[in-house]
Amino acid sequence: MSAVDVTLTEVAATLVLVALAVAVSRWRRAELEQDLAVAVLRSFVQLTAIGYVIQAIFDSDSLLLVLALLVAMVSFGSVTARQRAKDVPDAFWPIALALAVAAVTTLGLVVALGVFEPEPRYLVPVGGMVIGNAMTAAAVSLNRLADEVDGSRNLIEATLALGATARQATLPTVTRSLRSGMITLVDSTKTTGIVFFPGAMTGMLVAGAEPVDAVRLQLILLWSLLGSVSLSALIATGLGYRGFFTPAHQLRDAD
Amino acid sequence: MLHDVSLTLPPAATAILGPSGSGKSSLLRLLNRLSDPDSGRVFFKGNDVRELDVLELRRSAVLVPQLPAPLPGSVADNVGYGTALCAREADVPGSLERAGLDVSYADREAARLSVGEQQRVMLARALALEPEVLLLDEPTSALDETARDGVEQTLASLAAAGVAMVLVTHDRGQAERVASGVVELREGRVVE
Repeated sequence: MSAVDVTLTEVAATLVLVALAVAVSRWRRAELEQDLAVAVLRSFVQLTAIGYVIQAIFDSDSLLLVLALLVAMVSFGSVTARQRAKDVPDAFWPIALALAVAAVTTLGLVVALGVFEPEPRYLVPVGGMVIGNAMTAAAVSLNRLADEVDGSRNLIEATLALGATARQATLPTVTRSLRSGMITLVDSTKTTGIVFFPGAMTGMLVAGAEPVDAVRLQLILLWSLLGSVSLSALIATGLGYRGFFTPAHQLRDAD
Repeated sequence: MLHDVSLTLPPAATAILGPSGSGKSSLLRLLNRLSDPDSGRVFFKGNDVRELDVLELRRSAVLVPQLPAPLPGSVADNVGYGTALCAREADVPGSLERAGLDVSYADREAARLSVGEQQRVMLARALALEPEVLLLDEPTSALDETARDGVEQTLASLAAAGVAMVLVTHDRGQAERVASGVVELREGRVVE
């Protein structure tokens, strides 16, 4: 893979496009100027910080540090997804488990299959993508689960009243939520290359890689993400539904 | 919702009568443990319901909801749902007949029936479990007059045939026509 130099001047130059966004917001009174400022500042600080962290990990070449970074990403991801799925009671541990299993399984498999070497330069970026997508899938599917449970309380209770367990009474609900957690990535995988260029491929092309390599790497990433996203949504919904019930298979009151 | 309620319900047809908000549905939900009381105890045939297997309890004391809640699929699918959960075979034609529905309904899509017919499916679905007691939560309140009279007659004939039931209703006439005993609730207390 060819290296590419990006100067801070070049980065600063793209602030012109941010200025365009600010101008649009001002002109149409969208009141997003402050959010844009926060977004630009945060992206700069966060990415710069993680850049130094990744550099340090690459320099040390320590798998233990990679593991520490992945644990940190799973933790932050779980807290973020928990906040997004705030209507699901006791959702933290289902989400944390979903993210951890998605990360470990996906990275473990791509290494075991010989797709990537077990080196920081592969594990860190791929791990970040996997955990980020798993987080979105967990949050989306749990949000849907909360809506579904709220919308079918009568049916769920009527089913419980026939001697169904909480799991049996929510089976269709859980399935629909799982679907909604997976569908976004499935759809964008279908249209990839036609409607949009995914980030990794774009990055590699800009960095000077051969298109055929960029395409192959992108396929590896997309297909790996399909696996990790499905695992994440499966675990998040498969455990998350329990938060709506007492141990005696009673549907808890909505707040 | 309920305060100091102390009751013994006989193995016959009892109506719980009261205006809306009097706590009668809450009382019914305690009997099959869809809810638990903050304090106090509920016994089923001498046993504290909290010590029974809750799924078994709900198959013995089956609740028919106020609003029909059909599952996707045919009437037969609905009637057989509860029994399938505990690996038993449902007597679909027999249950439909007892609920006042013709056997020809078995293959029809449950969600496409009228509300009155759906409520009979709910009744058949409960009866298929061969429960020891039926818990009926205002089973006719969502129905029009004709459907209401029909379902009420079905309930009365089940009661006359010895099916134990607890019928929650705000209709004194219905309570007296169906049940052999009436308990009146007001503001969460039993009216003496």
